[in-house]
Amino acid sequence: MLERLNEEELRAHVQKGGQVEAGDPMPETYRKALVKFIEMHGNSELMGVLPEREWILRAPTLQRKLALTAKVQDEVGHAQLIYRVVEDLGKPREACLDDLVAGKTKFHNVFHYPTKTWGDVGVIAWLVDAAAIISQKALLKCSYAPYARIMKKICWEESFHILHGRDVVLAMMTGTDEQRELVQEAVDRWWGPLMQFHGNPIPAEDDPMFQWRIKSQANEDARQQFLDGYVPQIRELGLTIPDPALVKDEETGVWSYTEPDWDELKHVVTGHGPATERRLGLRRASREETAWVRRAILADAA
Amino acid sequence: MNAQAPPRPELDVVLAFADDELVLGWRDSEWTGVAPFLEEDVAFSSIAQGEIGHARALYELAAGELGTDADALAFDRSPGEYRCAPLVELRLVRDWARTIARHWLYETADAVRVAALMESGWPELAGLAAKMDREETYHRMHARMWADRLRASAERERFEAAVEELWPAALGLLEGQQRARLCELVGREPVEPVGRDEHTDELAPLWEEMTMVRRSIPGATW
Amino acid sequence: MIWEVFRQEREGQPFQHGGSIEAPNREFAEAYAIELYGRRAESVALWIVPRDEVREVQEPYVADVFDRDYRRVDGYSLKTRLKEARERAGAAPA
Repeated sequence: MLERLNEEELRAHVQKGGQVEAGDPMPETYRKALVKFIEMHGNSELMGVLPEREWILRAPTLQRKLALTAKVQDEVGHAQLIYRVVEDLGKPREACLDDLVAGKTKFHNVFHYPTKTWGDVGVIAWLVDAAAIISQKALLKCSYAPYARIMKKICWEESFHILHGRDVVLAMMTGTDEQRELVQEAVDRWWGPLMQFHGNPIPAEDDPMFQWRIKSQANEDARQQFLDGYVPQIRELGLTIPDPALVKDEETGVWSYTEPDWDELKHVVTGHGPATERRLGLRRASREETAWVRRAILADAA
Repeated sequence: MNAQAPPRPELDVVLAFADDELVLGWRDSEWTGVAPFLEEDVAFSSIAQGEIGHARALYELAAGELGTDADALAFDRSPGEYRCAPLVELRLVRDWARTIARHWLYETADAVRVAALMESGWPELAGLAAKMDREETYHRMHARMWADRLRASAERERFEAAVEELWPAALGLLEGQQRARLCELVGREPVEPVGRDEHTDELAPLWEEMTMVRRSIPGATW
Repeated sequence: MIWEVFRQEREGQPFQHGGSIEAPNREFAEAYAIELYGRRAESVALWIVPRDEVREVQEPYVADVFDRDYRRVDGYSLKTRLKEARERAGAAPA
């Protein structure tokens, strides 16, 4: 149990690798930063369900139906774990959901875009999940221990998601020409959002989340890790990436690429993505329609 | 003629059961991400997966006899060829009271149906029914838990009205003596059942969405 | 109501805190604990406890003020005595 530390002392503690436990006293700035960061993660898991759930209903085989249902179920489960951590930090789940549907809080850019084909299903499960897992693995070292612990469970559960995604893509890439086109077209559409996913490359010293060791990886490092891991995997299937400037410097090991549109990212995450309003509307409506259940069931404690 | 082949009526029962589980699993999946609260979202998703998993096993059993495969049976028939009961075709999202009423009625009826199949002279079917029965324990517990809770809550009227509404279709899931057993278990008098002879007009749009990707490139592997 | 879930990963292992769930009563809590901490067969057993029943004991034991090396391994250094005893045994007639 930590004695009461001020901001400077806590920063020094976490930067040496120290952790903060549930119930430890903490400066208000740290607590607020935690709530902001972790709440956005919870929102993202929950909003991530919506692009995929339609495809459960349309899955073309029983195995794909089951796999996609299980994947999406995991994501809902992750939202449950994450919001519990936020609630224990002082912001109730209902308040988080209120703010989410009111457009007051954010979620990751990728979940603001529509899904158009089965090609999207494969590309999302393979590449979007891959980008997310890179960030998630870095969060295993988060200074706030309760969050670091749920990240362990989250990472373990995610292990089949990428395999499922890659399997869906491979089945199409070894299928008909039309199927291959579906995948390529999906890659062309998702590449932009994928490159923006890890955020603009602010240096670690200027990132408060990094200063508090809530994040332990700089945005640009995560992006480079993604490119290193996945560009070869994409190209070996005969897929092309819609960025002619994407190239790895063999000496430095650094990837260069066309600068992503950071204005677009900002515009999208502040609630102006192509699918944002429709999805928030769905959340809002379903929440209202099931409010009576929460009142009847959760309100009266047995 | 193959002396080992199961009698045709049993094959029909298997297909009807598979279709029920597939369509109900599909309806239950409509709650993914929009269930009343997160813990329940995860739980209900397991129920949907269980149903689709059972459908798959039943289709595989039938497919073995018919010389085809499970996915072909599940997706490549026309709506008129499905043998599912009206109860499972109804689109009940986002009405949780009716969803739970259906869930509870279906699980109770299923217990009767599965118990009968466990006595089947077709050993593979009896074995499959026994496995399903084991998994269904969780489904039954979940349905009962919700039914009890809703009945004890301020919203009992809503739940009871839903059970009343769905009761004829629940009876329509079963045949003959099994219906009497269901009446006993549910504690209701028999009424005119809504049986399998006619599909509701909700099946066609469901089938449309369910098969749209598969039909988009016929014969493809996914 | 919040419930804490403790899980046993394999038989014989200690129960460890897995996380927490919200449920109206014990029946729901059991169902949800099974779902969230057991659906992938990742636990062989689970305990659920209402959060209010779990007490954190801070400063588990205050016993480091006076030295208590008599009950620790590092309180015993046998090297010197053992050497002496061996030398004596070597010098004595067999």
